[in-house]
Amino acid sequence: MSGHSTYQPQSKVLQWLEKRLPIGGLVHSSFVVYPVPRNLNYLWTFGGILAFMLGVQIITGVVLAMHYTPQVDLAFRSVEGIMRDVNFGWLLRYLHANGASMFFFAVYVHMFRGIYYGSYKEPREVLWILGVIIYLLMMATGFMGYVLVWGQMSFWAATVITNLFSAIPGVGDTIVTWLWGGYAVGNPTLNRFYSLHYLLPFVIAGVVVLHIWALHVVGQNNPTGIEPKSEKDTVAFTPYATVKDGFFMAVFVILFAWFVFYIPNFLGHADNYIPANPAVTPTHIVPEWYYLPFYAILRAIPDKLMGVIALGASIVILAFLPWLDTSRVRSASYRPLFRQFFWLFVIVCVGLGWLGSKPPEGIYVILARVFTIYYFAFFLVILPLLGIFEKTKPLPNSISESVLGAKA
Amino acid sequence: MTMKVHRTIVALALAGCVGVVAPAIAQEHDTPNPPMQKWSFSGPFGRYDQGQLQRGFKIYKEVCQVCHSIQMLAFRNLADPGGPGFSEAQAAAVASEYKIKDLDDKGEPTERPGRLADTFPPPFANELAAKAVHGVAPPDMSTLAKARTFERGFPWWVFDTITQYQEQGPDYIAALLNGYEEPPKDFQLPQNGHYNKYFPGHNIAMPPPLQAGQVTYDDGAPQTLEQYSKDISAFLMWAAEPHLVARKRMGMQVMVFLIVLAGLMYFTKKKVWHELEKPREIARGQDPKKTAA
Repeated sequence: MSGHSTYQPQSKVLQWLEKRLPIGGLVHSSFVVYPVPRNLNYLWTFGGILAFMLGVQIITGVVLAMHYTPQVDLAFRSVEGIMRDVNFGWLLRYLHANGASMFFFAVYVHMFRGIYYGSYKEPREVLWILGVIIYLLMMATGFMGYVLVWGQMSFWAATVITNLFSAIPGVGDTIVTWLWGGYAVGNPTLNRFYSLHYLLPFVIAGVVVLHIWALHVVGQNNPTGIEPKSEKDTVAFTPYATVKDGFFMAVFVILFAWFVFYIPNFLGHADNYIPANPAVTPTHIVPEWYYLPFYAILRAIPDKLMGVIALGASIVILAFLPWLDTSRVRSASYRPLFRQFFWLFVIVCVGLGWLGSKPPEGIYVILARVFTIYYFAFFLVILPLLGIFEKTKPLPNSISESVLGAKA
Repeated sequence: MTMKVHRTIVALALAGCVGVVAPAIAQEHDTPNPPMQKWSFSGPFGRYDQGQLQRGFKIYKEVCQVCHSIQMLAFRNLADPGGPGFSEAQAAAVASEYKIKDLDDKGEPTERPGRLADTFPPPFANELAAKAVHGVAPPDMSTLAKARTFERGFPWWVFDTITQYQEQGPDYIAALLNGYEEPPKDFQLPQNGHYNKYFPGHNIAMPPPLQAGQVTYDDGAPQTLEQYSKDISAFLMWAAEPHLVARKRMGMQVMVFLIVLAGLMYFTKKKVWHELEKPREIARGQDPKKTAA
């Protein structure tokens, strides 16, 4: 889609550079003349928002790392030192902690949008799978970052999550010892988590580049799910997409700032303001909100190994979505049945999140099981069958027709 | 039709959740939620009340610190902006009342008067020493007001994002200090335990720490248990979040900036997209502004 670059630099210096490294042409073709469907709605601004949030996390993270001490006796104190004694340290830390939540919120909107409009379908399978890889890396990074605070919830979350690997038959305990670097979560664990927490964001940035590259090869999907057919169907990235992305990014940052400045601890756990204590277990060990649906799936299954497998499968299954959804129509706008199952799926995911925050007892377990069954059935039963049995609505002839009506 | 079916599915799913879960939640709460107090530091314009922080500090110094450390608080913090508003000289005077363990120039252990840069020395040498005296080590108070909370439950936690209710910690501490009472007849209170209405499980190791008239206020504030509980809770909130006032002030500036920016971006977007969204009118030579949006 990027097409041949028509970039002609004005200045002599840029012409000289362009002959040797055509970076100006790359930027010009990718972010200026790059054609985007003219009918994108605001849900399509979340890609840009996510890139922005990755930048925020890396910049605040690098500065926080200058003041943080990854040592079990000093880590909690050093975080409090950032909050109390570092100039604007409270701002950096609250930006970083709430930034992680905003990052996940945006990625969930981005993913649900992709599912609703069938953005993973041919020819965007690789684009989608790269997205799933980014999401997995984000989960690992977020988890390890949460552990670095070394409060009670940090420590016990680390213990619970690493212990999941002990369910692997035969080698489970060996793997867990290897992960910990010892026989319990301790200083070696904290050190390696710190190292990986610094490394993984740059791996994410690398995969993001691939993700955007793949996007620019196949082009953006759009609310109709039909490919642009003529120049009338698209607009230039700049100014149309840039100004729209810019506006909505500003709106998103208002939400972000609301959390950072007014309710910075709303999404955290009070227990994490108690220094880690291996001798005292918190009453409820609960992960951060963005992992809760998966935590609910894990606990819904009575067998530990099967629970861990279900947890892994619930994420990995996303990578197979392009082939599990057999419908040839992309957008839910023309798939009346899919649309209902989709919204039920959203409710189930939110419901699983709520159940993940509840103790695994009584009615909560039963509900979690029902929701888990729907979660997997959505991918393994509903999507394959819908493509065969669903009667879809007629598609418009072109994007411009859907925007301007048949007369245009 | 499809929308109707869709709505029915959603309604049924929601009704199902609410119906079956309500009794489960009701059983869980045999501990009442602490009453919500009025705090000067709540809301977008919240600030600490200097007089209240000074009274709270007096309670900490005369009562709490016998058992509780507050190791992340430095004497210099007492003179920091947004805090209790002591002068530097006053903070230094407070510091000099404390004995700080140090080494002399021969490397021998010694004790010297505290300085502004020192942190409050703990009442016990270590956790084991505290445990030996009290049975359980009294928690450090530096982050206590942020380390205590209670479950708000649905839907209140949703409204809390709008109302900015963030004061569960101080509300809980204030309630706890007022929550000591005789245990109900069927309650088995272990030895050395104390019954507290608001403590999870009701069996708290700490004996009632405050009684009316125990601490003398020189600013005319009532010397009641209610007033004491509020003052110490406010002080602990400041100790846990000393930059709260600066945070909220910057928050307002950032919000004003962002709302103006978003507004300008919105109108820029409208202008840029205008011709795209009204191409027919423009092609016919009409003024797009006069056509319906």
